[in-house]
Amino acid sequence: MLRIFRKGYKTGMSTDSYPYDKKPVSSNFRGKPVWDSDKCNLCGLCVECCPTGAIAIEKSKIPYVQVEKCIFCGYCEDQCANGAVTMGDEYELTLPEKTQSERFNKGQPGFGRSVHIRHLDAGSCNGCDWEMVALTGPVYDIQRLGFDFVASPRHADILMVTGPVTRNLEIAAIRTFKATPAPKLVVAVGTCACSGGICEKSYAHHSGVENILPVDVYIPGCPPRPQALIHGLLKAVEKL
Amino acid sequence: MIKNNEQQKLIEQLNEKFGSDIEVLTKVCSEIIFKISLNQVQDICLFMKENLGFDLISMIGNDEREVEGHFAIYYIFACYRRKYPVVLKAFVEEDKPEFPSITLLIPAAHWYEREIRDMLGIEPIGHPDTRRLVHHSDWPVGLFPLRRDFDPQQVVPRYSGEDQFQRVKGHGIVNIPVGPIHAGIIEPGHFRFSAVGENVINLEAQLFYTHRGLEKQCQDQSVEKALFVSERICAACSLSHSTAYCQAVEKIAGIQAPERARFIRTVALELERLYNHIGDVGNICAGAGFSFGVMHGARLKEEIMKLNEAIFGSRFLRGINIPGGVRWDLETRKKKIILEVLGSVEKDFREVAEIILSNDSYLDRVETTGKLLHKTAYDLHAVGPAARAAGIDQDCRRDLPYAAYDQIKFVIPTYTEGDVLDRINIRVDEIYESIGIIRQALEKMQEGLIRVELKQLPAYQVAVGIVESPRGEIVHFLMTGPNNTVYRYMVRSASYCNWPALLTTVPGNIVPDFPLINKSFELCYACLDR
Repeated sequence: MLRIFRKGYKTGMSTDSYPYDKKPVSSNFRGKPVWDSDKCNLCGLCVECCPTGAIAIEKSKIPYVQVEKCIFCGYCEDQCANGAVTMGDEYELTLPEKTQSERFNKGQPGFGRSVHIRHLDAGSCNGCDWEMVALTGPVYDIQRLGFDFVASPRHADILMVTGPVTRNLEIAAIRTFKATPAPKLVVAVGTCACSGGICEKSYAHHSGVENILPVDVYIPGCPPRPQALIHGLLKAVEKL
Repeated sequence: MIKNNEQQKLIEQLNEKFGSDIEVLTKVCSEIIFKISLNQVQDICLFMKENLGFDLISMIGNDEREVEGHFAIYYIFACYRRKYPVVLKAFVEEDKPEFPSITLLIPAAHWYEREIRDMLGIEPIGHPDTRRLVHHSDWPVGLFPLRRDFDPQQVVPRYSGEDQFQRVKGHGIVNIPVGPIHAGIIEPGHFRFSAVGENVINLEAQLFYTHRGLEKQCQDQSVEKALFVSERICAACSLSHSTAYCQAVEKIAGIQAPERARFIRTVALELERLYNHIGDVGNICAGAGFSFGVMHGARLKEEIMKLNEAIFGSRFLRGINIPGGVRWDLETRKKKIILEVLGSVEKDFREVAEIILSNDSYLDRVETTGKLLHKTAYDLHAVGPAARAAGIDQDCRRDLPYAAYDQIKFVIPTYTEGDVLDRINIRVDEIYESIGIIRQALEKMQEGLIRVELKQLPAYQVAVGIVESPRGEIVHFLMTGPNNTVYRYMVRSASYCNWPALLTTVPGNIVPDFPLINKSFELCYACLDR
């Protein structure tokens, strides 16, 4: 017992200061791709090579990325002959479809300082799931921000859905949504949940949560890093 | 070339025994592909296993009607003494889609054969289990996704069907259904416990909830694009999967990744093993409510994941591999960072592991819990730390060397009890070995190219990529189509072999020990379901 206590004392605090103090990401980090308009010759190779079709180009304008489809693989950067594409360092990419106040009826109370989350795996590769596990660990510790993960949808305010919603989980996903009492928010976590991502239209899944459940907030990323998840959650409850 | 002589001997041995029923089709790199007669499948497979010492490591069904006019079944064998895999290919006629089951002779074939029945509609005659495996009860009869004429984008209607679980009957038996959505941040699967009081008598699982049809999706996709799918089959073994895929492509292309690239792969593969094992040693404590271990494990795992992001730009080591090499170099600056972090993590982890493994109340929970018998592990071809904890001395890094493992010295720890404690012990030992491997690889790495260009691939060529992921051996089977496309891609992950093994370890334990046993195997659902 004493050794356990001593080890904890010796280790000290390991909690990250995000979102109060944002540390810069490493120079190798692959965030949202950006185009250098001086170097881009509008050849369209990046649009062609993108494995998820996330890059769009309009005539004689430099290409742009639709983050909800991007898997941040960096293949566009790899393929561009002119070095016009670089993977930037932006990772706070939450797309709020509807905010808490828009979604809830007038007179209904919003969420206060105690928000409970239920994770719903709808066919993910477990990347987003592991990042959510990291949120509950000592480093990101989202309880300090008023969030907690709960075991039952009946105790939840927010459903964090990962994966494109497979055929085999569709019924379970709908049941989980119905079991969550209103007011509730649905957060699509990861590119698969936002748009299908690498999972193309298929017999086996529904290419995104929005095709099955009403989504309020999208957090793209493959998977979104824990800081991006925190950013998305704070956005969802309008704390940012 | 000893290997060539040895392979020649094998070919002669097989020819002598089976005559015209077996013939060499092609040779791709180190592996030989034999064509065998369908009616001799059982005898040949049994001979391979019993007399020649080969293990069945994967089985693939393929719809080759548009190329060769029939279906094909591939049996992949590997022998850890001989250091090369052998592929047997049997043709199945279109108008008689059935093949003799080998499950009763080689139990490791049981899930492969059921999957072939579900996905391709080729019936394994004599298979003891007639239930579905991949498809759930609401999937229509007579619809087979991996046949080439199945439209991958079609909407499949739901039919009503009943779950086919074995029923344990008797006085005081309780059936406990759990899942598919679990109380925690875990992947989905349905478990059916039959118990008397707290004692589990039988456990069955319904899996494949996260089936995303990724193998079907890869059909006719370009080889470059399928790489990104292979990385996203499972996040925790992401790099192992992409390495196995790249290996298969490189074999078909007849190229080898440059030496520096192979060293970089080795470093990254060991980083993957490290973050998984450290996380697992901590997470297994969660099964016994020992939060000290969980929190310190999570903290140290996070150190490695931050390192992954700082070095390779992705916390899950995605985007490193590309057929023909790697995309990111390891400069001296990065090497220094890796060594620094490893030094502090090693010291820190030693202290944590020592406390965990000397805590009596924790040891009381993990000792003798969830025993995997050596015989079961052997019969079901269990892999990875779970098999090594049950006394099976196999590790692809040593037995079928890839990347730069042939140039590095390391020990493969094995234990004999096969209980939860030994599965923890294996991981703890492997963590120190991994750190040693990374240090050696960083030291031995020479300057040079990190990737070579991939040229046009020959069409309808078959190759196998084998990698030891943190959870055990994974086997990627790839057949190319015309114009650098994928014709058939099959992923046999470590979890595929270990799920059936896990289910045998639970009966005899109490229900609350299931999370503990489950965590000690640490199986992926996404890897299995694909």
